[in-house]
Amino acid sequence: MSALARLTVAETKLFFREPMLVFFVLAFPPLLLVVLGAFPALREPSADLDGARAITLYLPIIVAMGLAMFALNSVSQLLATYREKGVLRRMRTTPVEPRVLLGAQLLMSTVMSVATMVAVLAIGRVMYDVGLPRQPFAYLVAYLLTALAMFAIGLLVASFAPTGKSAGAIGTLLFFPILFFAGLWVPRAAMNDVLRKISDFTPLGAGVQSLQDAAAGHWPQPLQVAVLLGWTIVAGGPAARYFRWE
Amino acid sequence: MAIIEVENLVKRYGDHTAVDGVGFTVEQGEIFGILGPNGAGKTTTVECVEGLRVPDGGTIRVCGIDPRRETGELRQLLGAQLQESELPDKLEVGEAMELYGSFYRDPADWRELLAMLGLTDKIGTRFRRLSGGQKQRLSIALALIGNPRVAVLDELTTGLDPQARRDAWDLIERVRERGVTILLVTHFMEEAERLCDRLAVIDSGRVVALDTPAGLVSSVDDRQRVRFRPSAPLDHSVLTALPEVTSVDRAGDQLVVTGTGNLLLAVTTVLARNQVTAAGLRVEQASLDDAFVALTGRTIDS
Repeated sequence: MSALARLTVAETKLFFREPMLVFFVLAFPPLLLVVLGAFPALREPSADLDGARAITLYLPIIVAMGLAMFALNSVSQLLATYREKGVLRRMRTTPVEPRVLLGAQLLMSTVMSVATMVAVLAIGRVMYDVGLPRQPFAYLVAYLLTALAMFAIGLLVASFAPTGKSAGAIGTLLFFPILFFAGLWVPRAAMNDVLRKISDFTPLGAGVQSLQDAAAGHWPQPLQVAVLLGWTIVAGGPAARYFRWE
Repeated sequence: MAIIEVENLVKRYGDHTAVDGVGFTVEQGEIFGILGPNGAGKTTTVECVEGLRVPDGGTIRVCGIDPRRETGELRQLLGAQLQESELPDKLEVGEAMELYGSFYRDPADWRELLAMLGLTDKIGTRFRRLSGGQKQRLSIALALIGNPRVAVLDELTTGLDPQARRDAWDLIERVRERGVTILLVTHFMEEAERLCDRLAVIDSGRVVALDTPAGLVSSVDDRQRVRFRPSAPLDHSVLTALPEVTSVDRAGDQLVVTGTGNLLLAVTTVLARNQVTAAGLRVEQASLDDAFVALTGRTIDS
């Protein structure tokens, strides 16, 4: 087994030893979908949403929320804590460089968040009759582009937060506006023009739209792809430049 | 054969020169100490040896390799125990050893290492549940897991209680018996005196002395004092007549004889000849503390 695989296994074990984290990051998104679907009004076609069912619109929002939780509440805090405690520094003295640990953490988070996405899609299909994505491959591409942008933001937080605690605080502070523009409180279809225009340029606004398009059978639009790649570069560049191992 | 060679090492942080021309060599199998007050440049020096910092000048060789060029090879040869370097809270001792061991070409048997360090009953214990002494022992174990030829131990016993500190010293001697050369950074005189074969005393980024602990002490001050309570009054002149004796003073009911060379033998011989016995006899010599003050002009804690 390679060092990356061993570290990924170790990081996964450690992840499952944090029950609060497992609940919020892994179990909360599917639970939220179950709860939302329990309201009959959300399962009926709505005139406000041009005849769409609210539950169908919420599905990509919840998928994106799962991703945001990993990026902003798990990865960023964990890496900042590892730096604060000297875990990354110790790695520097071994033949395996600390960036492999960073890679293991991102790999584990991606795999776990894909599992959450699959669970959310399955619950939507089985319990609330929401169709599976018509373009599964486009859906996966949209998902990975959104993951790239969100993890880049998570790493940026980890680069600048001096401690694990402050990374957690900054992550939470970013979480709510990002989720607002993803449409968690007001779906994008129900936003007014100004809000939707702003949402178009936020990472999860673009992410949710591209997931929704793929679910409906379309490839992500150039605007959304550009916005997602833009956030990846704007956040990932400085993160790579300023991230410190100690 | 020299296993670590440091020559004219310079490291600056902005305007501040942290290490200013440090040089020393460490022989195979030695316990070599770097002694100095906080901020003297000890840690910066060993971090350059460990390849964690890039020097601004000078050369370093560890087993003949340059830490800057062959970093990958260095990592296999050198085990480092760092100040304030922890593990994830919920990682178990055995898991940590197995994981870190897997990073090396030829790892040591981690169960045997834990047994040597007295941690066998902690294999299933999570890092945060360990005591300070246990954490330190685990960090020694991790420094040795790759079967290194050189181990760098930085302020290993800082923050440990006196018993744990003595236990750590015994361990370091056992590590050396495994054939590992040890570079030990410390600001404890007692530790340096007890463990080190040779010492470099560093102050303000420079080596101010390099010798064995005994050599450092005697180079500074070879005077000794013999104190005792004589069983009968004794004429001071029989003592002052001895070539070894420089002065005789009275302190309460005690006599304090100061001198050099084989002072104790000379004094006890005279006492026996005069049928005087010495109660509460003590010999006092200059310590490494005294040597440090003489070398740097201040105490190590100031």
